[in-house]
Amino acid sequence: MRRIRWSKVLVFLLCLAPIFRLAWRMWNQDVTANPTEFIQHFTGDWAIRLIVATLGVTPLRKLLGVPGLIRFRRMIGLFAFFYACLHFLTYLWLDKLFDFPAMLKDVGRRPFITAGFAAFVCLVPLAVTSTAGWIRRLGGKRWQRLHTLIYVTAIAAVVHYYWLVKSDIRQPMLYGTLVALLLAWRVVSRAIRNGAPPRA
Amino acid sequence: MLIQKPADIRYSEITPKSVYLNRRKFLAGVPAAFLGARAARAQAGAKLPNLAKSPFSTTEKPNTYADVTHYNNFYEFGTSKQQPAQNATNFKTSPWTVSVEGDVAKPRKFSMDEIMKLAPLEERIYRHRCVEAWSIVVPWAGYSLSALLKQVEPGPKAKYVAFESYWDLRQMPLARPELAGIALPYVEGLRLDEAMHPLALLCVGMYGEALPPQDGAPVRLVVPWKYGFKSIKSIVKIKLVASQPPTTWNMNNAHEYGFYSNVNPQVDHPRWSQAKERRLPSLFQNHPTQMFNGYASEVASLYAGMDLKKNY
Repeated sequence: MRRIRWSKVLVFLLCLAPIFRLAWRMWNQDVTANPTEFIQHFTGDWAIRLIVATLGVTPLRKLLGVPGLIRFRRMIGLFAFFYACLHFLTYLWLDKLFDFPAMLKDVGRRPFITAGFAAFVCLVPLAVTSTAGWIRRLGGKRWQRLHTLIYVTAIAAVVHYYWLVKSDIRQPMLYGTLVALLLAWRVVSRAIRNGAPPRA
Repeated sequence: MLIQKPADIRYSEITPKSVYLNRRKFLAGVPAAFLGARAARAQAGAKLPNLAKSPFSTTEKPNTYADVTHYNNFYEFGTSKQQPAQNATNFKTSPWTVSVEGDVAKPRKFSMDEIMKLAPLEERIYRHRCVEAWSIVVPWAGYSLSALLKQVEPGPKAKYVAFESYWDLRQMPLARPELAGIALPYVEGLRLDEAMHPLALLCVGMYGEALPPQDGAPVRLVVPWKYGFKSIKSIVKIKLVASQPPTTWNMNNAHEYGFYSNVNPQVDHPRWSQAKERRLPSLFQNHPTQMFNGYASEVASLYAGMDLKKNY
């Protein structure tokens, strides 16, 4: 029990470390001449990394035989939401100056913002229903079905990144590959579970 | 409610950390600045004495040297904004020649020494608007590109000017098209009348010094009424041609980057609005973008009768 608590504290601090790193760099004015862009990229990077990490929990549990990893998933997911919130907030505040009509116009007209916004919106119900109370209220089955929204978020986040970059697509391709592998693992393992082994 | 009141100390007024850390080097350079002040040299960081003032200069406050030299788009040295400052430090720019050729009466190669002496160097404080919707103010040094072009006497068929950047994988190991995502060498182009416009600057320095490598040493173009990527860096070739030359970002994505790429708040980039910009180091994208980046009274006549939505 004690070890579990400590490992949770450790994961919590690891997930929080980037925000301290960002604060440290801001304090040292080490955020380029365009701090807004730096902060937006920084928070966006950590949001997508943690989204990929939550998708990795289940495959890792099964492949490594460490079912206990599940107890970190909610925390990682909530941290992904935390960085996504910061990412969205910097856009809404620093780019759009809280001009909601202008933001909605962007969402409608700029495909990369549409994708990013969709990724963020899909995360909201997942964060809200992340408590034990909500799992009880919804019932395990329905809760699980709702939380497949994370797949939509992951795909939309990759598309958002891919559509954002000007020419160097290596980073979005890396995340795209990871998401594709993690989703493919689910498809294959479900097929196996259903007793219909994929034909060779 | 927005809090837009600047703090007591503006971000731009704080001594940049790099300058602070290099204070000994800075002091060591002071005597050299006096000794070397005779002939203007193109060696990065060399002082450029006696820069003439220019009526084209804006009175807006320039950004800090540290900001302008540590936030660069120069894909040959890496695709992030911080990479060029790190990766270009050993960029060798001497000897350097610029070949001016094509439909001209007197094609020739100019050495950097010749370029430095071709016309009196002026300081021109220009607004610089990136297509990514941020902007800065930079005190460039150089003279009108027309001074160079007149030397070679453009021929009757010359309608466009094509520019080409230096490209050498030994000096620029990251300058592989598959890494940068753009075709290389970097090429740009102007219509001849645009190139002959006095605002179009053949630039050899900034902040009273020869250009540092990451900002396009030893010689670059600055076309202040167009988006930044038109202002090609580290030029090795200038060719006068009859038809519109290919340009790097246009080849990469013609839908997003036109040949003209004049700053225009009414024509959005497909992925973002161009109506406003972030005047660095401000955090907020709240600075209204001006037609032709504020140089409309000088250059609008170049485009009289043209559909600028079509010719973006």
